[in-house]
Amino acid sequence: MKLSRHKQPEIELVTGITPVNPEKVLLDNGIPVYLIDTSDQDLVKVEFLFRAGRWFEDKILTADFTNKMLTEGTESLSSKEIADKVDYYGAHLETSADKDMGYVTLYTLNKHLEHTLPVLADVIMNPVFPEMDLDILKQNRKQNFLVNDEKVRYMAKRKFSGLIFGKDHPYGKTFEKEDFDNIQQKDLVEFHHNLYTSKNCKIIASGKIKSDLVQQLNKMLSGFNGKKVEFEFPDYSINTNGQDRKNKIRKKSAVQSAIRIGRALFNKNHPDYAKLKILNMVLGGYFGSRLMTNIREDKGYTYGIGSAIVSLQQSGYFFIASEVGSDVTNDALKEIYYEINVLQQDLIPEEELDLVKNYTLGSLLRSLDGPFAMSDNFKSLLEYGLDFSYLQSFVETIKSVTAEELRELAQKYLETNKLSELTVGD
Amino acid sequence: MIDFEKFRLKNGLKVIVHKDTSTPIVAINILYNVGARDEDPDKTGFAHLFEHLMFGGSINIPKYDTPLENAGGENNAFTNNDITNYYLTIPRQNLELGFWLESDRMLNLAFSEKSLDVQRNVVVEEFRQSYLNQPYGDVWLLLRPMAYKVHPYMWSTIGKEISHIENASMKDVKAFYQKYYNPNNAIFTVAGNVETDEIKRLAEKWFGPIASGPEISRSLPVEPEQDEARSLKVSRDVPFDGIYKAYHMCSRNDDKYHTMDLISDILSNGDSSRLFTRLVKEQKLFSDIQAYISGDIDNGLFIFTGKLIKGVSMEQAENALNNEIQGIKEQMVSTEELDKVKNKIESTLEFSEMSVLNKAMNLSYSELLGDANLVNLEKEKYAAVTKQGIKETAEKVFRNNNCSTLYYFAN
Repeated sequence: MKLSRHKQPEIELVTGITPVNPEKVLLDNGIPVYLIDTSDQDLVKVEFLFRAGRWFEDKILTADFTNKMLTEGTESLSSKEIADKVDYYGAHLETSADKDMGYVTLYTLNKHLEHTLPVLADVIMNPVFPEMDLDILKQNRKQNFLVNDEKVRYMAKRKFSGLIFGKDHPYGKTFEKEDFDNIQQKDLVEFHHNLYTSKNCKIIASGKIKSDLVQQLNKMLSGFNGKKVEFEFPDYSINTNGQDRKNKIRKKSAVQSAIRIGRALFNKNHPDYAKLKILNMVLGGYFGSRLMTNIREDKGYTYGIGSAIVSLQQSGYFFIASEVGSDVTNDALKEIYYEINVLQQDLIPEEELDLVKNYTLGSLLRSLDGPFAMSDNFKSLLEYGLDFSYLQSFVETIKSVTAEELRELAQKYLETNKLSELTVGD
Repeated sequence: MIDFEKFRLKNGLKVIVHKDTSTPIVAINILYNVGARDEDPDKTGFAHLFEHLMFGGSINIPKYDTPLENAGGENNAFTNNDITNYYLTIPRQNLELGFWLESDRMLNLAFSEKSLDVQRNVVVEEFRQSYLNQPYGDVWLLLRPMAYKVHPYMWSTIGKEISHIENASMKDVKAFYQKYYNPNNAIFTVAGNVETDEIKRLAEKWFGPIASGPEISRSLPVEPEQDEARSLKVSRDVPFDGIYKAYHMCSRNDDKYHTMDLISDILSNGDSSRLFTRLVKEQKLFSDIQAYISGDIDNGLFIFTGKLIKGVSMEQAENALNNEIQGIKEQMVSTEELDKVKNKIESTLEFSEMSVLNKAMNLSYSELLGDANLVNLEKEKYAAVTKQGIKETAEKVFRNNNCSTLYYFAN
């Protein structure tokens, strides 16, 4: 029989997902540990989560520097000794902070766990933030910042939060080079004392979980205490007036302009969030999206364009981002608004909506593939008081959402005069 | 350890199968044995431009991405100086769709003028985004032609200049495709919860009928040994001075490759590495400094890149860096230091086996180097590196006459 190549092989759609929630164990001092035990490889990732992101800082950059300085010296180990130990056992000790959270993560082979886990516990419990290491970090971070700020994309990203949240909002603060000089040791000591505490801590372990992992954690963290943190979440007003919605920053002789367009919204606990994820997917969430198809694949104005819906603890936002040739900046802007407009006017054709639904379900499956992916996925739910059952309802929403609903959402949330626009370029 | 089976179709396509039952996803990787090193010096950037055209529709499938996205799959590709590599991941039940998609674009492309027009623009924007509109973005465009005088590694994958991309014609494109995009020039790997019999059947069904192309014999000019120190000074609108050094080193299959890789780890892998602890932390001369190997198949480069702290002179920074390079030539590394980088490699290899896509890529690439099983021998090869070997290799490579230095001054 001759092979008929124009006919595609039958496909079977992804119909659902069945992730099992991680096992939850409480340590003696009350810290919850979530265990994801699914690896063939004899290794483990142990991640500590603290509500210690930028939202909680009084002085700008404090959250980032506190987090980064954890590995720069403890009561018993110098920064060099910490690095030597971690590297000697082939482990990775990573720290990072975002708008809401501070993270400290250890990746290690299980056979070295007894040597590497104590270092992780030590940097969390007993950091001393040495002045000398802090000075070096300030200098280097400032230099890196000045290099990055030469990039139109970086500058656009940095300035954009201020536009959509307002400069006085904890999510809208924008740091400048002087802020690096203002950071002091006492800021970090205080921030650590208040927020890196056992009561403000959760742990996710993923990989191959050794039977004595919890016991070891209990041993390491027995001295880890600290007061309960009382959080305040005042209702900050968000700047969404349309008058000064168009903003330009001039960067001379740039051959490309960075574009950002978007607005503040809400987080994944909002009933419209999941549906907006689908709407966003259609607009700019995947390679075949309308923005990519029009602005890259039809016009060739850019190497890439995309959009996203981002969830934050106290808010959330929608944004479109791209870098386009300087000579076609205005044409690209026109096409972006055109695509938004079409979503508000016309129904998404059935074929396209089905594709987006199928693709989204496939992505969801991939986002649960392997222990580390599962751990990242679970992490993105945990702080919202959610678990994997949220994904089941997300799947139901994906399947049931209609073109009519999506057009309504486009009219409701993507109204052009509510969107802030920023271009950085020549 | 990655278990696999391999077989070859009559038309020359090599197929590798790795079974991993732990995942609902299957990864397909297809490596074409063509890279920027195979380009005509007057038509550079071609292999990479071509990678873009592979998504512009094939003879029976108007749009590559649409059916894949519909099946919940995802794909991408990359080009470097040696290879062009395409990969996709897809839910296991839709495995055959991957065969259909990849075989059709190996069989024949649609070659639309529109697709060529648009992708030329897209690649020009990529050139601007990655090389021109970035501080220090042109470093590789300057360093490569300094280090290589005859070997095609003298140009970057993106191409020597934008005009080469703008001038690419349909005729050139078709000739390139006919020469390189054939079953006998490709390695096809499937990793996931699959059986070899099933893959055999599908490979015969979809790829079997594709005719082989001409045998390609690659005879690239060998870069002669460098016999004088080379240097170049440039000034740019960047915030801080930078220094870049490139030493010629061995090829990927050479005995000394793993030794060179461990030297780069001793110098710059992790916060306990020599360059970081001494030049960043103790002497405070650099805000950032790295040492790494290019990893090319032909004779490659050992590279240092550093950004100077404001106020530090180029001379002072270079002297300090040269001291560290001198150090690894003159003093034997300690047992502890060598154990450390070996432990680190062991761990990196172990972590890299967590994803089916990674495993599929590594198998394809190892097969290109000579045998897919090479991927399983890496650990032993690193373990066999000795202190004496490090010293001797460093002495051989880190000679002034073997070095190109780029001094990158801030205006």
